[in-house]
Amino acid sequence: MDQVSERFSQPQPSMHEGVEKMVLTVDDMHCESAGADIASALRLTAGVTRSRINLSSKTVIVDYMPACTSSNKIADVVRSTGYTVGALRLRLPVSGLDCASCVRQIEAALEAAKGVVAASVDPVRAVAEVEYRPAETGLAVLKEAVAASGCKAGIAAASSHDPATVAPDDREREYRQLMWKFWLGAVVSVPNVLFMYPDLLPSVAELMPPASDARRILWAVLGILTLPVLLWSGSQFFVGAWQALKHRSANMHTLIALGVSAAFAYSVVATAFPHIFPDPMLAEPFWDVTTVVIALVVLGLALENKAKGRTSAAIRKLVGMQAKTARVVRDGAEIDIPVEEVVTGDIVVVRPGDKIPVDGEVTEGASSVDESMITGEPIPVEKSIGDEVVGGTINKTGSFRFRATKVGKDTALANIIRMVQEAQGSKAPIQRIVDSVSSYFVPTVMILAVLAFVAWYDFGPEPRIVFSTIVFVTTLIIACPCALGLATPTSLTVGIGKGAENGILIRSGDALQTAEKLTTIVLDKTGTITKGEPALTDIISFAEFEEKRLLRLVATLESKSEHPLGEAIVRATAKRGLELLTASHFEAIPGKGISGHIDGSVIRVGNEKLMAEENIALNSAMTIWQGLADQGKTPMYIAVDRRIAGLVAVADTIKDDSAAAISALHDLGLKVAMLTGDNRRTAKAIAREAGIDEVIAEVLPQEKSMRVKELQAKGEVVAMVGDGINDAPALASADIGLAIGTGTDVAIEASDITLIKGSLFGVVTAIDISRATMRNVRQNLVGAFGYNALGIPLAMGFLYPFFGILMSPIIAGAAMAFSSATVVSNANRLRLFKPKRAGS
Amino acid sequence: MMLDQLIVTSVGLSLVLLIVWFFWMRPTQGRWAALDGRVQEALISVKGGYTPDTVIVRKGMPVRLHFRRLETASCSEMVLLPDFGKSLKLPTNETVTVEILPNIAGEFEFACQMGMLRGKLIVE
Repeated sequence: MDQVSERFSQPQPSMHEGVEKMVLTVDDMHCESAGADIASALRLTAGVTRSRINLSSKTVIVDYMPACTSSNKIADVVRSTGYTVGALRLRLPVSGLDCASCVRQIEAALEAAKGVVAASVDPVRAVAEVEYRPAETGLAVLKEAVAASGCKAGIAAASSHDPATVAPDDREREYRQLMWKFWLGAVVSVPNVLFMYPDLLPSVAELMPPASDARRILWAVLGILTLPVLLWSGSQFFVGAWQALKHRSANMHTLIALGVSAAFAYSVVATAFPHIFPDPMLAEPFWDVTTVVIALVVLGLALENKAKGRTSAAIRKLVGMQAKTARVVRDGAEIDIPVEEVVTGDIVVVRPGDKIPVDGEVTEGASSVDESMITGEPIPVEKSIGDEVVGGTINKTGSFRFRATKVGKDTALANIIRMVQEAQGSKAPIQRIVDSVSSYFVPTVMILAVLAFVAWYDFGPEPRIVFSTIVFVTTLIIACPCALGLATPTSLTVGIGKGAENGILIRSGDALQTAEKLTTIVLDKTGTITKGEPALTDIISFAEFEEKRLLRLVATLESKSEHPLGEAIVRATAKRGLELLTASHFEAIPGKGISGHIDGSVIRVGNEKLMAEENIALNSAMTIWQGLADQGKTPMYIAVDRRIAGLVAVADTIKDDSAAAISALHDLGLKVAMLTGDNRRTAKAIAREAGIDEVIAEVLPQEKSMRVKELQAKGEVVAMVGDGINDAPALASADIGLAIGTGTDVAIEASDITLIKGSLFGVVTAIDISRATMRNVRQNLVGAFGYNALGIPLAMGFLYPFFGILMSPIIAGAAMAFSSATVVSNANRLRLFKPKRAGS
Repeated sequence: MMLDQLIVTSVGLSLVLLIVWFFWMRPTQGRWAALDGRVQEALISVKGGYTPDTVIVRKGMPVRLHFRRLETASCSEMVLLPDFGKSLKLPTNETVTVEILPNIAGEFEFACQMGMLRGKLIVE
């Protein structure tokens, strides 16, 4: 599917500095002058940065800033020049493309459909690219056209083209079939087991004495009953073994197929030709081995199948979060359309309780939105004009409209799903232990089984043929390559899925394994430990000046300046519900401060130099100023009419839960360091407040990665936590780069782990998840290796010479069946993982 | 030693040799990827194994591997190319494409998630 192949061709959304590209088809643009008309109209349109006219394809390619205009507006502009516009391009996944002739047939059918301008089908990627006029047609019409084309093909819904959405059905069907196979085996096993030891049932033993004809007839009947179990219930073993054999390789199916057919063949010989045995009394079949082993192994497969379905529950949850329909404004009317048809630039209407269909920017209205499914943050987020909304989140209270900025596979949710799926499929380095073993495992078991047979035949007790056959079958059956093979990937799938549920995107198994070994966490200061924007921290008033009044005065002046520190003060004032006053004679004195007249008084806000210039006595204010500065804040003096009236201080404050998260990191036994370009004093103050051991201050941005490498040279395994934008080189050189996102900015390539929400607690949870997952992987590996290392010698009869213990093939079948189911169930235990939170 | 034991022993030992030869000494029959313009392409079908299981490509030119899974057995539902850091989910009867740029000569394995099915990409 296009999604899969595009994944690797660096498909970054074309969002260069907020410019987007759209293609408009203008059917009646026949000549140069038409093109010129349109081009000049577009040149005069606000927000259009560039337009190119292509007469031969009758298209206009427009670069525009979605912040200033919309694709609808641009289309209107072109329409206003008197030309017909409207073709939109859509890519649709096509399923069931079996033959080359279908491609042409589908193209023809699509092109014939009303409103379709052009269609082309790419058989390799199974994608149809359709250009159509949205006013005349819709997805439903296109689907119909394809369905009517006479091919088996169909258009799959565009956003649900994820295999995970289809998988549960397939899995369910497979599970049901396996259970039927199990029941057949189980039912036939009942008489098989009962009559296998007729001598134990006195009445039966009387009727059919050993080696009698009556007994042989019973054996034959049981054999006929066993045959369908072998051929149907056991069919997947033979098919699997044959497929592997064609590639000259062997797998679990090979072992089971060999084992049960050996038991079956022996039983056939014992029933049909008892006289070839040295003593006909010994000619006893074991049909029960065939049926019970098949029933058990098939049951094991079914259980494993069921449990494996649960391992990808997290992905299914994410996929299920995608909205099905969207209410958009088209030609002035609100219409409900399938979410696949939403295009960039559409205005989407969201009512209370609605699921937000795609990513976009609020253009009208306000509301609070529950983003917990993406960020894991339970508190709804307030949204108003200009804020970003994310597809898949749920609108709570208000109504609003937003402009779609990312649709289809470009949405944050689609990216998350893709990243998680990729990560779940990746390999952890620990898997190499298994890899080095797995290609030798099955043939080795086969060799051991043959050797065991020979050894028992040559040196074993009588009846040798019976013992050697049992040992041969048991050895083949007990070996379980599946438990080994499943040990790592199932735990990874669950662990990475668990991360995604908590707003932590782990990019690969490699990252997950490295995160466990970390010794030092390096945190970037701004935006990581702190909120990343200055805020008002202190307002101190002297003598008769009232605090509120003072704040209003300062804010009024600062509102005239454009300094970010001033903005912080204005914001804080507004938050306290204080109104601004009117100022005149405003003046900004570079490097010193600002001044202005309010209500007849002269107000000055600034540093010591500004105060000295006006000969304002600072007295005790200087001590307070120093104290504030020592705390890493930026203090400013306030003077009213040449008298010192107070101080105001702003600072980049630390996030509410940073200190708690850092202490949790300490509890995990990790060293925590802070890396910042700020001066030592500010850095120290923040570090003290956050509880950080080591401060690396006054680091130039380009030196950050060097500092990380220095730590690594000291033998530390380092995680760098940053915002992923200006820390990218440092993130890349660290053993683990953790990008801490704000909102849903997940397209951070340099990071190994992305934290969707801004809290540092994500780092703690990520490390917790990695430790829990790796512990789980190790349990599985030890279990699987241990099981095989103990079980195989036991099955070969190593204990027999010493203790007279020989394993029954039926027990081997049960053990094998449940070993792999156990591995998967153990991995599923990880689903119970709960992240630690501040205060809980 | 009795005759029957002699027979069983020699049959057993030859079986061992047969297993070793059959599973571990298989020759690599690589197939060159087809060159289409500047891209090398190969279609690999997945059914109990990879056919072809060895694909030979030229160094420094993009390679497009199209995997088509023709079975429902869950063993083969993923293919991993660990050396290129890629993994693909293979829905049954769909072609999934991965593009890689091999810049170093050598042999690179691709395998299913459990490592039971294996294939090789030889870069020359």
